[in-house]
Amino acid sequence: MLRPSALPPRAGLGLKPAHYADIIESKPDVGFFEVHAENYMGDGGPPHRYLEAISEHYPISLHGVGLSIGAEGPLDKAHLARLKSLIDRYRPASFSEHLAWSTHDSAFFNDLLPLPYTPQTRDRVVSHVDEVQQFLGQRMLLENPSTYVLFEESTIDEIDFLADVCERTGCGLLLDVNNVMVSSVNHRLDPVAYIDRFPVERVGEIHLAGYDEAVDGAGDRLLIDAHASPVLDDVFSLYDHTLSRCGPVATLIEWDNNVPDFETLFAEARRAEAVMEGHQSGKTLSKFA
Amino acid sequence: MSAASSQSEFAAALLDPAATLPAGVTTMRGSADAARFDVYRNNVMVSLITALEQKFPVSRKLVGDAFFKQMARGFIRQERPRSPLIFQYGDGFPEFIDDLETTRGVPYLGDVARLEVLWMRAYHAADATPLDIAAIAGTDPEILVGSGIVPMPSASLLRSDWPVGSIWAAHQQDPVASVAHSGPETILVLRPQADVRVHIVPPQDGNFAATLFAGKSLGGAAQAASHDASFDFGSALVGLVSLGTVLRLQPISEGDNS
Repeated sequence: MLRPSALPPRAGLGLKPAHYADIIESKPDVGFFEVHAENYMGDGGPPHRYLEAISEHYPISLHGVGLSIGAEGPLDKAHLARLKSLIDRYRPASFSEHLAWSTHDSAFFNDLLPLPYTPQTRDRVVSHVDEVQQFLGQRMLLENPSTYVLFEESTIDEIDFLADVCERTGCGLLLDVNNVMVSSVNHRLDPVAYIDRFPVERVGEIHLAGYDEAVDGAGDRLLIDAHASPVLDDVFSLYDHTLSRCGPVATLIEWDNNVPDFETLFAEARRAEAVMEGHQSGKTLSKFA
Repeated sequence: MSAASSQSEFAAALLDPAATLPAGVTTMRGSADAARFDVYRNNVMVSLITALEQKFPVSRKLVGDAFFKQMARGFIRQERPRSPLIFQYGDGFPEFIDDLETTRGVPYLGDVARLEVLWMRAYHAADATPLDIAAIAGTDPEILVGSGIVPMPSASLLRSDWPVGSIWAAHQQDPVASVAHSGPETILVLRPQADVRVHIVPPQDGNFAATLFAGKSLGGAAQAASHDASFDFGSALVGLVSLGTVLRLQPISEGDNS
């Protein structure tokens, strides 16, 4: 029996060790906290002690960054078992992972690497997502990636790829609006058209983040998914457009590098909730939010 | 025209800046662009450097940011993480540091890094309740000397020719305090309750503690320390137990105690 994800339609924040004590002390009005699963895979210590305490007061979103669902090789069974034990212990409202790979030949690259979109890669991702959901006994959300290169062999559009995987596995989607902006600019696509085609009824969570900007070898704009700054205005306005399609959905502010003080993060969450409030009256399409 | 890509080739090119771009990678312009592939190279390198910076903050302070990054890059090219549990990455960094020609002027750097590996291990180790000192007082002395210790899951001992416990402690302050001596130290790293602690073991107790951590009996450990006239069995044992080093005592058979 697959349990549905159940994050509230509010803004959430990434849980950072520097903020553990403050959060326990002041119990800020945040919709949920998201943790990177791999940071809580030690046997004990402060990470578990604080997550235990914080999970008593807030819904938790468990976000994996190391399962390598897009890998050519098989999934790491030991890693799946570690995820299962975290899920059994903390009962997160949601578990999500990426359409990407990070491990090859037992080397872990600590980055979300891209894959070509072909019938073969789609079938492999479908079988990996099936395996994850079977093993965890929980439906997962699959996140759209930010990418910097394309593959000559790709024959399937990214949205069709994600929609197919959803259709065949029953998984939900994590829509990273910043990733949509980054990939759309990098590949000269229209980010609004991307959102308009996205199967928003499958979306259980949204991510927002800040990007960095560079240029590539030909002088074209190259956006980089940096998670090191406030959400930029163009991403906020794309978010507003997204909510006009799907209504309020649990929305995470991702700020993982150069992490600021808690007040700054909290203000970002309030900005996202202000956008959400503008869509309260709208009909919520999402089945999974 | 459309070349198949492989993750082997992509992976190999990630950590080798001189490698040609993997086959099948392109852009919306229809041709590959090294600057774009370099985003992935940079992400991998920067994220792993950051992981080492977070695990080795004192080592980094000792040599400065630029030199630390240079060491980290060298290590990363030589050794990839073997697990998505990134806090485990870098356990081989102290040996890498020891082998560098360029760190000869900072001979204690490898041991400081070893201490930082033990700190991270203690931080993530299983929780447990250390043996109460009252349990020692209530144990028959003959049974006691024939017993060894099971250390707490978080507890490790480091023996260094350098005062790396003092150096580490001095760097917990801002500005960094000075270190008064240059002799060897035995350092105990553990997490008795909530937080990781770093203790410098009294010099006369160093052999005792090390012998116990090597799995020998209290009697054998006392013998190993007895050449030092200032060694006192009772205070050495009470010292270790009251710091929360010991999970429990266990009998040691004669054969294990030679």
